[in-house]
Amino acid sequence: MALKIVKGSIDRMFDKNLQDLVRGIRNHKEDEAKYISTCIDEIKQELKQDNIAVKANAVCKLTYLQMLGYDVSWAAFNIVEVMSSSKFTYKRIGYLAASQCFHESTDVIMLTTNQIRKDLSSPNQYDTGVALTGLSCFVTPDLARDLANDIMTLMSHTKPYIRKKAVLIMYKVFLKYPESLRPAFPRLKEKLEDPDPGVQSAAVNVICELARRNPKNYLSLAPLFFKLMTSSTNNWVLIKIIKLFGALTPLEPRLGKKLIEPLTNLIHSTSAMSLLYECVNTVIAVLISLSSGMPNHSASIQLCVQKLRILIEDSDQNLKYLGLLAMSKILKTHPKSVQSHKDLILQCLDDKDESIRLRALDLLYGMVSKKNLMEIVKKLMLHVDKAEGTTYRDELLTKIIDICSQSNYQYITNFEWYISILVELTRLEGTRHGHLIASQMLDVAIRVKAIRIFAVAQMATLLDNAHLLTGNMQRNGICEVLYAAAWICGEFSEHLENPMQTLEAMLRPKVATLPGHIQAVYVQNAAKLFATVLKSQEGNTEGTPAQETSQLMVERLPLFVQSANLEVQERASCILQLVKYIQKLQQKDVEVAEEVSALFAGELNPVAPKAQKKVPVPEGLDLDAWINEPPSESESEDEQPKAIFTREEPKHSRPRHTEVDEKELAKRREVRKQEQANNPFYIKASPSSQKVYQETHGVEHIPVVQIDLSVPLKVPGLPMSDQYVKLEEERRQKDRADKKKKKKEKRKDKRTGRGKRHDSGPESEEDITPAHMVDIVTEEMPENALPSDDDDKDPNDPHKALDIDLDKPLADSEKLPVRSHRAAEALKSPGEDGDAVSAATLEPRKKRSKEKREEKKKDKDGDRKKSKEEKKKKKHKHEEKEENLLSGQADEPVVQSEESSQVAAPPTSTSAEVSDLDFWLSNAPVPSNTQEAATVAAAAEAAAEAASVPEAVSGTAPDSEPEEPKDAEMEETKSSKHKKKKQKKEKEEKEKKKKKKHHHHHRHSDAGGEESVQNGTVEEEEPLPSMSNYCLLAENSYIKMVYDIQGNLQDGSQVVVSVIFENKCDSFLKSMEFNVLDSLNSKLQRPEGSGPHDGLTVPFQLPPGVSNEARFVFTMQSIVMPQKLKGTLTFIVKNDDSSTHEKLDFKLHFTCTSYLISTPCYSDAFAKLLESGDLKSSSIKLEAVLMPFHHLLARICFHHHFSVVERIDSCASMYSRTIQGHHVCLLVKTADQTVSIDAKCDEPTLLGNVLDEIKQTFSQC
Amino acid sequence: MSKFYEHYSEDTEQQIIRETFHLVSKRDENVCNFLEGGLLIGGSDYKLIYRHYATLYFVFCVDSSESELGILDLIQVFVETLDKCFENVCELDLIFHVDKVHNILAEMVMGGMVLETNMNEIIMQVDAQNKMEKSEAGIAGAPARAVSAVKNMNLPEMPRNINIGDISIKVPNLPSFK
Repeated sequence: MALKIVKGSIDRMFDKNLQDLVRGIRNHKEDEAKYISTCIDEIKQELKQDNIAVKANAVCKLTYLQMLGYDVSWAAFNIVEVMSSSKFTYKRIGYLAASQCFHESTDVIMLTTNQIRKDLSSPNQYDTGVALTGLSCFVTPDLARDLANDIMTLMSHTKPYIRKKAVLIMYKVFLKYPESLRPAFPRLKEKLEDPDPGVQSAAVNVICELARRNPKNYLSLAPLFFKLMTSSTNNWVLIKIIKLFGALTPLEPRLGKKLIEPLTNLIHSTSAMSLLYECVNTVIAVLISLSSGMPNHSASIQLCVQKLRILIEDSDQNLKYLGLLAMSKILKTHPKSVQSHKDLILQCLDDKDESIRLRALDLLYGMVSKKNLMEIVKKLMLHVDKAEGTTYRDELLTKIIDICSQSNYQYITNFEWYISILVELTRLEGTRHGHLIASQMLDVAIRVKAIRIFAVAQMATLLDNAHLLTGNMQRNGICEVLYAAAWICGEFSEHLENPMQTLEAMLRPKVATLPGHIQAVYVQNAAKLFATVLKSQEGNTEGTPAQETSQLMVERLPLFVQSANLEVQERASCILQLVKYIQKLQQKDVEVAEEVSALFAGELNPVAPKAQKKVPVPEGLDLDAWINEPPSESESEDEQPKAIFTREEPKHSRPRHTEVDEKELAKRREVRKQEQANNPFYIKASPSSQKVYQETHGVEHIPVVQIDLSVPLKVPGLPMSDQYVKLEEERRQKDRADKKKKKKEKRKDKRTGRGKRHDSGPESEEDITPAHMVDIVTEEMPENALPSDDDDKDPNDPHKALDIDLDKPLADSEKLPVRSHRAAEALKSPGEDGDAVSAATLEPRKKRSKEKREEKKKDKDGDRKKSKEEKKKKKHKHEEKEENLLSGQADEPVVQSEESSQVAAPPTSTSAEVSDLDFWLSNAPVPSNTQEAATVAAAAEAAAEAASVPEAVSGTAPDSEPEEPKDAEMEETKSSKHKKKKQKKEKEEKEKKKKKKHHHHHRHSDAGGEESVQNGTVEEEEPLPSMSNYCLLAENSYIKMVYDIQGNLQDGSQVVVSVIFENKCDSFLKSMEFNVLDSLNSKLQRPEGSGPHDGLTVPFQLPPGVSNEARFVFTMQSIVMPQKLKGTLTFIVKNDDSSTHEKLDFKLHFTCTSYLISTPCYSDAFAKLLESGDLKSSSIKLEAVLMPFHHLLARICFHHHFSVVERIDSCASMYSRTIQGHHVCLLVKTADQTVSIDAKCDEPTLLGNVLDEIKQTFSQC
Repeated sequence: MSKFYEHYSEDTEQQIIRETFHLVSKRDENVCNFLEGGLLIGGSDYKLIYRHYATLYFVFCVDSSESELGILDLIQVFVETLDKCFENVCELDLIFHVDKVHNILAEMVMGGMVLETNMNEIIMQVDAQNKMEKSEAGIAGAPARAVSAVKNMNLPEMPRNINIGDISIKVPNLPSFK
């Protein structure tokens, strides 16, 4: 090894690769840091080399070092260098390094944008893949914005490998650049039905992730997912979908109803535990959303609980854990069904696995009742004693407190017991939750008046034994309790049996070792105690004890005056002076006790934590207005006043003793009394409060304090909470006996004032009367408190930005920013799936289309608004008619199959209907289906569907009809209104889709309000002949080139020529150079630095028989005329033995069509455009066109980049836009093999050329 | 080896790793494979899910959007993939070829989201890339720009995803340890 090091230092830039580095580090365990620092020096040297291989090696090593925790950000630039290597090997190293150590604040990231874009468009799928993987780790908002469009394009890549990565990374892009979500969403949705399961699952993954954060925006996808769920067999996709439904159901209870069936089926059928578990989980979510008591679902709950019990009883700890987890969810809504499994859960508490115990604890939280609280807590206390490991013990502690204090101490019947539990908890070593116990003590002592005497006694003992709590500084967490103890003793000092002793305890020198804030409380409360002591002592005529007390104070307080803590010091010196003064007065025999105790008179009321926030701003008070003119430039000061106001939320847990003048106090008390009088939950502090207290059983049982110092780690002599359990038992028995007696005596039970409000409960619960007559004083809220409870949303959540309405149509401004030419690719592919509309439309449709035609005329007359309204009305009627008709149809089968139908129903009905969520959810029959089924009988798929439809109809009907016949009617009228909107939306959404690989038979337009035919519309029975826009560029015996031209919408002067090179020979083609002779008007874009006549290198080589695509960008000035450019391709043909240089000339033909970009346009906008009068018109006629009309439209759409705005029978309006923003509108009509095209455009020359090209297209076929 | 999908400073990363190791390593064989998220790893929404193989621990830290059992399966897939790629993987393989392990992981999990769960698919992609690397090393002298396109055109059509039991996941931040 030593040799190796020597060698390494001589010959440092070679040889030491990652393996050597790892080996070296392993061999230098003792002086690792030193060894690594020499390695880093070597790496620095290596990075200075020009050789990329050496650099890559260095970067590779750095990646490893980064993983070991060394900062390597200094090499960021070198990483970028390696990333931009053209070799995949190095590129991968570079991207890996970048993904490990780049982050948003790495500044070189800016430099990577172009490199990444280049890699994304690389012909090598692994270059692209590696870039995507890297990018997913370090994407920044800037990168996301710049690359969003490139990634979008990749989502339609031919290779599924790239597609799935692109889909997945979109999620990261959305997070960083939320604006991209809306433009990208249609395509993402499309990918849900990708033929490749990997891509599909990636899309599901992304949408699930999105929907998890903002579920409501994704409700409209529910039908689609439902279809996937019932059809998919991929467990992992299923899990995701089911999880997603879990998030959706709370928003849409109807969805839940639909889900229950298939989910229960899955639960019964699946063998995969993970799937089973997720199903149960979602069923639970559904049940929660339906929790408004649907009796017939108790079976489902039962099923879930049963299955969970099986999980919990399983020997596999993982299942046990998950079972408990799911159980706790059921608990929230159906506590009864869980409570029956208490045995099992308590058993889990004994599990050796901490995670499982924690889960069981969670469950217990929800399972307690008045009856079993003591028992459960007792069990927990045992665990606390046994528990090793502080985290678990802390968890236990907090759980105990949570369990006890939940819903305002609802389950506590005996507060003495609770206080002693708290006191017992203080014996815990090293807990972090001292403050929690403290605040509980304070809370209880303040709010439960009756408990104060007991609490004070306990606290006094605590204070007396404070040394035990603080003895070990490591246990300092618990000393917080002393804070509470001191405060309670001081505040309620009148209840102290021996205030003098407590006072003495509080002034011990040891106190000075406590944290400052506790000392401060000590000092303050010592003063309160002092006041009490004085009072009692002055009652005795002899002055000496009082003076002795003062003397004690004067002696001890200087200790605190010297404290480093400001507050302690301040309070101590104040009080010291006060006491000295009192001493003086005492020496003159003046009675001071009254005055001294007046210092601390008055009572503190608990205040709700939100109270301050809810104080309404008085009218006329503008909090933002300046009181004085703001100081001109000191910003920091500007901030201050605000900060003060927002921070000052009162914490009832640590009330400060604020000086409140008597009047104010009296007023407050008055208000409170009134409030309490009106509050049914408040037990009036009737004069009996004292009496009641004496009646209670607890007090007599406070054991005599026995100090047993031989057991050092216990706070001795405190009552054991266990005793209370026994007592409680006894008491209950007694109660019961009492009750029986009373029943005999037919007297009302006066003591259960509290119990009365639960009168409806079962007896067992009711029998337990609280041991104390306790006032649980409600926390005060200001009057006029605003009821709104909408706090608690984190405004910084990055996912909030993604809360975007996805159903709204895209606006033009929402296009992704594009700099690259690749944007255009999206437009080229054939076979856009439009709304597959059957040619043989039904009666109502024809009527409607006639109307529409009329309307059109009216439109032209400029009477648009009126006609629109009419149109709406008419449509309404039609839809209603249609639906009535259909529900009539549906009625018949309903009767027949009512019994058997429910099971089969949902899946079938949804497979056919995807779009209209409301409709889908309303469970009504689906009109378009029946119609479609009737008409589209030819296609096999359709036939199958047809078979399923009656079933669907019959299946779904019973759900809605017998239950709510009126509702259904209502819903129908509503939905017809609704539907219109929906259809529109849907249509728009479809128009947004630019590329679709194949046709989905399920996608029928819903009752076809506006039957639009899209690019390449396909009818079920006659698929379109395949079309391609690629036309031959040039060909010889070696190579064939085909090309296609598309405009770039984002850059008005660019078009992209995609050329596919195909190697036709048996040799290897390489060094291809593509060159074009530029014209004045059009120029090939060449990389910077190259001359105007240099060729472009085609970025790949072609092995025999292989084809690949390259893209070239051209800049255009004028686009109104078609043009031709001459060009040459040179390449080297390489055989085994020889290589020759070959050349192929070609002519690139830029048609006017290639400047058009199919842009969706809505009919309103279209009509407006026509009306505007800016457009020149022109027209042509095509004779003897034999093809069907929809084929014709498809051809225009496809070859000439138009989109259909509206189609009515044999008439259609179409729209397109040039890259420079010229509008081109067509009105295509057909009659008897003659097609007439009326066209309008703001550029007549362009229009003429486009029409010529259209004519040519049709003359060719 | 560790991989983070959210940015932390190097120190925090090391701290997370130490803490996680501390938590995981002291657990018995027969306890469940989930650990509740501590503060360091992002609070209660996150869980540590691990598997223990001989001397190795594979730990994933995931948020609540992932199925716990699914992640366990994912780890299994990961390990099996490693086993295939390294031919009987052992600890030393992983120690000395961290970069390769990273590359394999990158084919399974991308940016904290589960990318692929089909082992065959993963292995195929990894192999294809390794082949490409080899071929590059072979033509080391050739003009660099021409090299990258050579291999990818002939890749066979990828096989359909085969369903392996139950699998899934996305991982928001995911340290894993060897």
